[in-house]
Amino acid sequence: MSGPKTLLDRLWAAHAIHTRADGAALLWVDRHLVHEGSHHAFRKLGERGLGVAEPALTTAVVDHYAPTRARMDGGASDDIRRMIATLEKNAERHGIRCFGLRDARQGIVHVIGPEQGLTLPGCVIVCGDSHTSTHGAFGAFAFGIGATEVAHVLATQTVWQVKPKAMRIRFEGALGPGVGAKDMALGWIAQLGADGARGHAIEYAGPTVAALSMEGRMTLCNLSIEGGARLGMIAPDTVTFDYLKGRPFAPQDTGWERAVESWRALRSDEGASFDREVTIDASGIAPVVTWGTSPEDALPITSTVPDPAALTESKAAAVRDALDYMGLAPGRPLDGTPVDRVFIGSCTNARIEDLRAAAAVMAGRRAKVPGLVSPGSMMVKAQAEQEGLDRVFTEAGLQWVGAGCSMCVGMNGDLVAPGERCASTTNRNFRGRQGPGARTHLMSPAMVAAAAVTGTLTDVRPLLKGRI
Amino acid sequence: MAGWSQHKGLGVALSREGIDTDQLIPARFMSAPRSEGYGRFLLHDLRRTGETPDPEFPLNRPAAEGASVLVAARNFGGGSSREAAVYALVDAGFRVVIAPSFGDIFAGNAVNNGLLPALVSEADGARLLAALAEPTEVSVDLESCRIQVRDIEARFEIEPVRRTKLIKGWDDIDLTQAHADQIAAFRAKLAETRPWVFPDAEA
Repeated sequence: MSGPKTLLDRLWAAHAIHTRADGAALLWVDRHLVHEGSHHAFRKLGERGLGVAEPALTTAVVDHYAPTRARMDGGASDDIRRMIATLEKNAERHGIRCFGLRDARQGIVHVIGPEQGLTLPGCVIVCGDSHTSTHGAFGAFAFGIGATEVAHVLATQTVWQVKPKAMRIRFEGALGPGVGAKDMALGWIAQLGADGARGHAIEYAGPTVAALSMEGRMTLCNLSIEGGARLGMIAPDTVTFDYLKGRPFAPQDTGWERAVESWRALRSDEGASFDREVTIDASGIAPVVTWGTSPEDALPITSTVPDPAALTESKAAAVRDALDYMGLAPGRPLDGTPVDRVFIGSCTNARIEDLRAAAAVMAGRRAKVPGLVSPGSMMVKAQAEQEGLDRVFTEAGLQWVGAGCSMCVGMNGDLVAPGERCASTTNRNFRGRQGPGARTHLMSPAMVAAAAVTGTLTDVRPLLKGRI
Repeated sequence: MAGWSQHKGLGVALSREGIDTDQLIPARFMSAPRSEGYGRFLLHDLRRTGETPDPEFPLNRPAAEGASVLVAARNFGGGSSREAAVYALVDAGFRVVIAPSFGDIFAGNAVNNGLLPALVSEADGARLLAALAEPTEVSVDLESCRIQVRDIEARFEIEPVRRTKLIKGWDDIDLTQAHADQIAAFRAKLAETRPWVFPDAEA
């Protein structure tokens, strides 16, 4: 291909081993991440008598079922213990490095990949988890796959793909205080819809994105899937390189210099054409909360609950249904809605910067409702404890626990009770996601902290006066 | 996996938008071995009030017994990459899901299990939902990409790659193993051009 290229073009060309006449390409996979949910794939492999093609490019981690309390003993059910043991056995059998519950590097797969320097710019990264898009923050081509594909990657270190269409979302303007990547992400998803970016690879660009930390960029890319995109990515820059330098699995010494030189070319050329372009004024973004049962059901905290009576009949039915599940009255202000509990955690918002943002709001205040804080990894946990953030949360009355997917998906038994309303830093407000009948409101870590100290959905900005 | 080109079966309509994969199979069932069958988990919580089956839920109605074609609304199968969502549909007897938009990973998983995700226009989606107010026989032709319900005909879209795969019943691992030499050559070159892809033995 001649002419200006997109980042997508470059990553695609660097990984296509073979392209069929019908457009399907066999891509080389640089990094494969597996977790307890990969048991179906290992079983498929076993049934065919196949081995793992590239164990050194594969990393296993216990996260979805990881108990966050009483981790090593009776804290987990037999089912959970069996899921974890199965992963550890499969990893051992195939010579795959595995960060188990006793490993200081254990944590959520999308937190530990970057943290260990396994996630690198220019890599194709796959994992049997939809939030694999997170790793795109490093200029990687990273996407979630299903069990059949996981088995295929294990067996061949490749994956068949049709090239997605290129989409660019540019954010311009400075974010206001108390507003961050989570608000940017929920904002565009509300604007375009939960299937708005279907079939596209998103490149996030513009000065607002360039000004984000790696943590913020990971949050933004993480939520790409909630807008229906195949993946999200950001061209690597010095922020990326500074984050990665010296990480355990990142290249070292002369290898590092050579890698950075190559990574600097990973960007879209001036004049490169995208199938779709969207520009968003970031200076107008207010803290966002979700009110319904899809991430697209998101509004600024200053808004009122949507009124089905003001909508067309086709839309009204879905809104009525969502409000009924959520137990919300149309037309009421979102601010002031009482919550029953809070959760700070998940691959979306449980990195050190997220915990700092929540702690900045909570420091010296008491939570009016119970809540759980689950750091994204045991490394994040250790760092937070070094900074004294754990004490801010525990003194406020929240529980400080171990790392895992925890209450985002409830597979480890950390559940929101039926009918309870939870202010949550997670990624999905689907019905029953946090437990049968649970009512989830998605928002940023700072907004969850504000909900904790007021006991309601509320605008965090007044609570930050004099603090940031 | 056996390929197929035509399917005729009972169709049932589910008009709720945004049936995500957490609805198709709640996470708590996913530690079960597939050998026990996942059909009983399909839409488990959505079709019940507490533990009691909701008799009004479309899939619970006696007339929907044995349905193999599901007509759904916008954004079907979004969310989690769990292939278990497809296992639940397939094990419950479904061969085709028709909707105006699908979660991308779900659609790929569906094809890998012989389940057709048939993409229709919003207008055709609405017509088909209306036509299936009562469960009715639906014919689906993968060769011509056509759906027929009584006198209503609709076209569906599917990526040519996926269509061929469903028709031929291809297995990706077999296909890929035919490219073993190309893969080996690619890997050898990679070790020179991007050596950092291969991390040191253990950090």
